[in-house]
Amino acid sequence: MHDLFTEIWSSVRRNKLRTILTGLAVSWGIFIIILLLGAGNGLMNAFMKQSHDFATNTMELYGGLTTKPYDGLQQGRWVPLTEQDVKILQGPLFSDHIDEVSASVADGNNKLIEGTRTYTVTLYGVYPANKDMNGEKILAGRYINENDLNERRKVAVISDVQAEDLMGGRDNYKAILGRAITVDDQVFTVVGVRRSDRQWRDTRIHVPFSTYKLIFAYDDLVNKITFTFHGLRTQKENEAFEKRVRAVLNRAHRAAPDDEGALYVWNRFTQNMQMNRGTDILTKALWVVGIFTLLGGIVGVSNIMLITVKERTHEFGIRKAIGAKPKDITKLILAESITITALFGIFGMLLGLGACEVMNATIGSTSMDIFGESVKLLDNPRVGWGVAIEATIVLIVAGTIAGLSPATKAAKVRPIEALREGKG
Amino acid sequence: MLIELKGIHKTYDNGQPLHVLKGIDLSIDNGEFVSIMGSSGSGKSTLLNILGILDNYDEGEYHLDGHLIKGLKEREAADYRNRTIGFVFQSFNLIPFKTAVENVELPLFYQGVSRTKRREAAMQLLDKLGLANWAKHYPNEMSGGQKQRVAIARALITHPRIILADEPTGALDSKTSVEVMDLLGQLNREEKVTIIVVTHESGVANCANKIVHIKDGLIGEIELNSQHHASTFDKNNIK
Repeated sequence: MHDLFTEIWSSVRRNKLRTILTGLAVSWGIFIIILLLGAGNGLMNAFMKQSHDFATNTMELYGGLTTKPYDGLQQGRWVPLTEQDVKILQGPLFSDHIDEVSASVADGNNKLIEGTRTYTVTLYGVYPANKDMNGEKILAGRYINENDLNERRKVAVISDVQAEDLMGGRDNYKAILGRAITVDDQVFTVVGVRRSDRQWRDTRIHVPFSTYKLIFAYDDLVNKITFTFHGLRTQKENEAFEKRVRAVLNRAHRAAPDDEGALYVWNRFTQNMQMNRGTDILTKALWVVGIFTLLGGIVGVSNIMLITVKERTHEFGIRKAIGAKPKDITKLILAESITITALFGIFGMLLGLGACEVMNATIGSTSMDIFGESVKLLDNPRVGWGVAIEATIVLIVAGTIAGLSPATKAAKVRPIEALREGKG
Repeated sequence: MLIELKGIHKTYDNGQPLHVLKGIDLSIDNGEFVSIMGSSGSGKSTLLNILGILDNYDEGEYHLDGHLIKGLKEREAADYRNRTIGFVFQSFNLIPFKTAVENVELPLFYQGVSRTKRREAAMQLLDKLGLANWAKHYPNEMSGGQKQRVAIARALITHPRIILADEPTGALDSKTSVEVMDLLGQLNREEKVTIIVVTHESGVANCANKIVHIKDGLIGEIELNSQHHASTFDKNNIK
């Protein structure tokens, strides 16, 4: 090994400028790969930021309009979800896959009056399970619990921004715990503060589902049913299960079992699966672009290796005359090619990692306002160690490819070249 | 017999066939000091290439130390060159970016000898040839005579049976030529190394104990020259 590197160094040393210029093309290629992957990761992270707190194996159900006549009823009929549906889903019919069922109800326009000020808020009647399913983070106090639900307590969980608004002052949200708020002339005790993502004014106030029903609604309608499930791994299994749920619930509402309009099903699990597939494709596309950039560098290295071989023909002749085997010569050239590619590649990789850090510190920490929501363009635009290792493997393979043709050429030098006069 | 050639033919075909060796029969025994003499174009260099397994031949048989050298794989040929034959070239053919000692130890590197061992062997040999002080010098820092002695050291490092020298004094002045030829003679006498020198200078050829004349691709006269009749490197003898 030592001997090999001594040889490589003595060869590279004689052609410093040429080697550096060519090597930089490789650095540039790998730099672009790392930068692209970093930016791609940042883009995907920013994109997925919203969803990543949620339990991933959930489905959400909403009511809809029928699209076909059934059981003597016209199409275009509005089918709302009901508490009966919640019971069906909780029942033994679906216990093979469904774990927990949560429902929520809201009508969207409630007034919270605090002193002389009035806020427009939305009251949500929720189940305790809503906390985990929607990834609610409790900053202070607690979330709605079973006792609240059973006893129909008039308790509320509000968002941190709302709390700060009411208490007047940033990071002052804790002070609201235990205080009473008045919404639509009803008094609720605040028992908890939810974290909002602070990207918009979160005015949602969660109260127990049963309390909401008792006070505001005289029916058993439900806006949304969410449930967690297990044992559905593939897209196919998920679709089959969705079909089963749809058939049962549709029938309960006198809609055609296969009517896809009557019940809207949103499956976060398959959604994620598709998103992952999308990000996979994006990552692959970025690799392809990067590798094509790298290709320029590889062609360059291959080129200088060919020149090197041509220049050293006489020397290889001498080496062969004194006993070097073709394998020895091949090794020499391949090792040189791989070393140049790998060293400059790692240099480019470090630059790329540095650029990702710069990107993280600049674009990654600023957000833009889009439709009133503050959105990060890039979030944590960095690559992991896995990518660095992959890139190194790519470099070694690239170096081998670059050196292959020059090395075979070198190995073919005939020892008789040693006898050609003029050089050496 | 160390070397036995029987009916060796060699034709180069560069557009127009050129029949260079037209049936060479030659035997060289262990410990001989032979010079092969001929004018340019006589085929002596081709003969040397074949003897050194640098090139192959078309017809005939070449036995080296009892082994038939024909249609060898590159790897096998390299092994023979490395272990059995030492080369000394007209233009020294030292590797310019390696120091004297690095050049000398190179054949051992290709034998897979460890770094310390081959460095030791190379230093010993350089010391013996009076070049110990020049071990760390690069070829371009040395005189022609010194370079050729380094090249001889490189040829000797593997303890070969044969040293093949192709115009070893071709690039040297007459004084150093004498030194180099004396060194080869000394190796022949003391170490019993078989030495084959190819030359067109009669003065150089005269150092050998046997002179093989080659002309138009055929062996002509074989002179026994144990008395070294002609005075070496006389102004009149060097062409």
